[in-house]
Amino acid sequence: MVTVTSRPGRPAKKRARNVEHATPEIPLDFSSYEPGLFYDEMFDAGRRPRGGYDLLAKTLSALPEADLVRRQRAAERALLHMGITFNVYGHEHGAEKILPFDLVPRVVQAHEWAVIERGLVQRARALNLFIDDVYHRARILADGAVPREIVESATSFLPGARGLDPPGGVWVHVSGTDLVRDGDGRYYVLEDNLRCPSGVSYVLHNRQVMKRTFPKVFEASRVRPVDAYPSELLRVLQHVRPRGVASPNVVVLTPGPYNSAYSEHSFLAQQMGVELVEARDLSVRDGFVWMRTTRGLARVDVIYRRIDDAYLDPKAFRPDSMVGVPGIMDVVLAGRVALANAPGTGVADDKVIYAYVPAIIRYYLGEDPILPNVPTFVCSDEKQRSHVLSNLDKLVVKAANESGGYGMLIGPQASAADCAIFANRIRANPRDYIAQPLLALSRAPTLIGESLEGRHVDLRPYVLHGGDEVFVLPGGLTRVALKKGSYVVNSSQGGGTKDTWVLAALGADAADRPGASC
Amino acid sequence: MLSRAAESVYWMSRYAERAENVARFLDVSLEVMLDLPDTRGNPWGAVVAATGDEAGFAERYGAATRDSVVRFLTVDLGSPNSIFSCLQLARENARSIREAISSEMWEQINKWYLLVRDFAASPAMVDDPHELLAVVKEASHLFVGVTYLTMTHGEAWHFGRLGRVLERADQTSRIVDAKEALIDARPADVGGSLDGIDLSALLRSVSALEMYRKRHGPLDHSQVIAFLVLDKWFPRSIRHCLEKGQESLRAITGASSEAPCTRPERLLGRLAAEYEYAVTEEILDAGLHEHLDLLQSKLNDVGAAIFDTFFTSRPEPIIAEEQEAQAAQ
Repeated sequence: MVTVTSRPGRPAKKRARNVEHATPEIPLDFSSYEPGLFYDEMFDAGRRPRGGYDLLAKTLSALPEADLVRRQRAAERALLHMGITFNVYGHEHGAEKILPFDLVPRVVQAHEWAVIERGLVQRARALNLFIDDVYHRARILADGAVPREIVESATSFLPGARGLDPPGGVWVHVSGTDLVRDGDGRYYVLEDNLRCPSGVSYVLHNRQVMKRTFPKVFEASRVRPVDAYPSELLRVLQHVRPRGVASPNVVVLTPGPYNSAYSEHSFLAQQMGVELVEARDLSVRDGFVWMRTTRGLARVDVIYRRIDDAYLDPKAFRPDSMVGVPGIMDVVLAGRVALANAPGTGVADDKVIYAYVPAIIRYYLGEDPILPNVPTFVCSDEKQRSHVLSNLDKLVVKAANESGGYGMLIGPQASAADCAIFANRIRANPRDYIAQPLLALSRAPTLIGESLEGRHVDLRPYVLHGGDEVFVLPGGLTRVALKKGSYVVNSSQGGGTKDTWVLAALGADAADRPGASC
Repeated sequence: MLSRAAESVYWMSRYAERAENVARFLDVSLEVMLDLPDTRGNPWGAVVAATGDEAGFAERYGAATRDSVVRFLTVDLGSPNSIFSCLQLARENARSIREAISSEMWEQINKWYLLVRDFAASPAMVDDPHELLAVVKEASHLFVGVTYLTMTHGEAWHFGRLGRVLERADQTSRIVDAKEALIDARPADVGGSLDGIDLSALLRSVSALEMYRKRHGPLDHSQVIAFLVLDKWFPRSIRHCLEKGQESLRAITGASSEAPCTRPERLLGRLAAEYEYAVTEEILDAGLHEHLDLLQSKLNDVGAAIFDTFFTSRPEPIIAEEQEAQAAQ
């Protein structure tokens, strides 16, 4: 028998060590953090951490300042290597950037989230019924709960979608609703995004990075997981297949690699395990949609499209569209291919229609809205218009059909000249404008340079609607306006993102049921 | 799978493989140059000639010097086959099929590209390109390994391997050819034949020295050529590449070995058979340079047939503006 003998013992000798930290360890100092006059997400008026933030605040304040910066850099490097970038145009090749990411997460407590979730489910159901009604009997217009001329003059109203019967009656399969908190800490709906809302891939990637950045706090905080999103999305897409199709061929349709959200399109296709197609891969033949493969044509049944309505079909809409599929609308209307979202859903996220959503909820569901709207003045109404025109310096004016933070006037921060320009625009096209009071958007501690400062944030949760069930992803994209004092959180205007930690209710399993079903 | 995705996997692999081989090619050129004390003509001109991009080079740099050739082959984005250009193209192709490849592959090719981009920004690189070349080779090996281990060996994988081995066969032929051309550029009194040092440099440039030793032992010109061109098992030999390419083509079409039916299968099958039964002496007698030239044009024919059979009927690429124009929500 062979015996393994241990090596002769050596005298214990301390190994020489390099000095590990050249920089002195200055603990992060929250005493210089200024919550300001706004609702601060992390601290209450007495500078105590709010519920759910205790552990995070404690960890952060025990962390050497240099360490926080080091973790921030590591997180940014991880995102760069993952290729989570968006393209910057007008620059040389390779001028792509990561969406600025802030490593201090935003926490939403279980009881707050419960309200948000119910409110979003309610809104998704009502808006879906509204769109279905608008393109069929239009009862709500006949009853006058929403003015007919407002709907029919919306640029996103699509007469070509009249009579369309999407499978299961679902029009909006994927939506992202922007929420903000005012000075009182209450959540308001700022806008609905019912066409091709983007950003969910950042939610998943940010989470992946955060787990590496603050593993211990993360674990102890009982954060609800977000990684179910791709499988929930696939479930919805398979569920809304055309009648008679047993196992549908689902694809993601992208405008192509030059689109700024391309990395999200490819990520979602990859995570769902379906093909990512461009218009040039698709064609319409014999009343069906086909994709070109190395073995000939293969039929396509469900398309998660990330292309605007107007570009979808050059035969039906913009004839100059190069990113659309000629003839696809006929196939959609014949019920032989399902589009998610269905064409025409943009009518319900027109910023003027937005003002009527509380009425829409009451009309279809007979319920009061759970999540309030921001008070909104509709400029096509004469009385409201004159109020807006005489209070421009106090209001935020938005163009009805712009997104991405464009076409906006923030009265209190604008010059008199800009106010005058908007006054003229409003008078010329009152239908195209709404106005809202400037909310004192809540702020969250954000790493700016080497210290934490308060920055304004919003929250975009994602909602999936598959017919029987509405799934709200427990998390969402917290967007942060990195510029000091700025209220504009859009990535195109210097915004960044944070991970959003929705905490599990006490007593509930952290890996709880995937979503609310109603 | 989608024709467009198949084409992108194929080209992603080709460009990644090309980046590695350009690094190998430049590495051996730099090394041989150090052994050329006094030359007739301009040996760097011979290096440029072997790349096949003489016209493009002359237009950008005029006369060939060490520094201009190094720049041209490494970080010059104006040169279509520089390492940086190849990686940019490999990465753009990978980006357009991110759902078809694994996240690990995408991450590796992305890191590889970012590494070379950093080198491109460093002014010291041209003086000492060896670190860059070593990094490129290592990153390429990682990419091949990650691809092997994280991607299902199905149709897409085979399109990738097909691109890789066709590119490698072509590049091995260019490396052998360039080395011979450099020897010719040497003054008569130094000797016009391949000696032991040259042969070991050539073998090392394709990481073949040790494997050659195991197979043939002493260095011998005709044995070395036999090893790099006709060896069945060495992964960079031309014959090995052709046979692996044939395997992948069969896996793609699903045809049995008795019934090759598509044109690429026929062309590649013929070429592989030729190398299976070739004799080294015949190749050397007929002229190695002419032989390698002919091989390169036959490989181009195979590439064209693959394009026609699997990737065609693609309309014009979409203009970038319209892809961008989709409203951001």
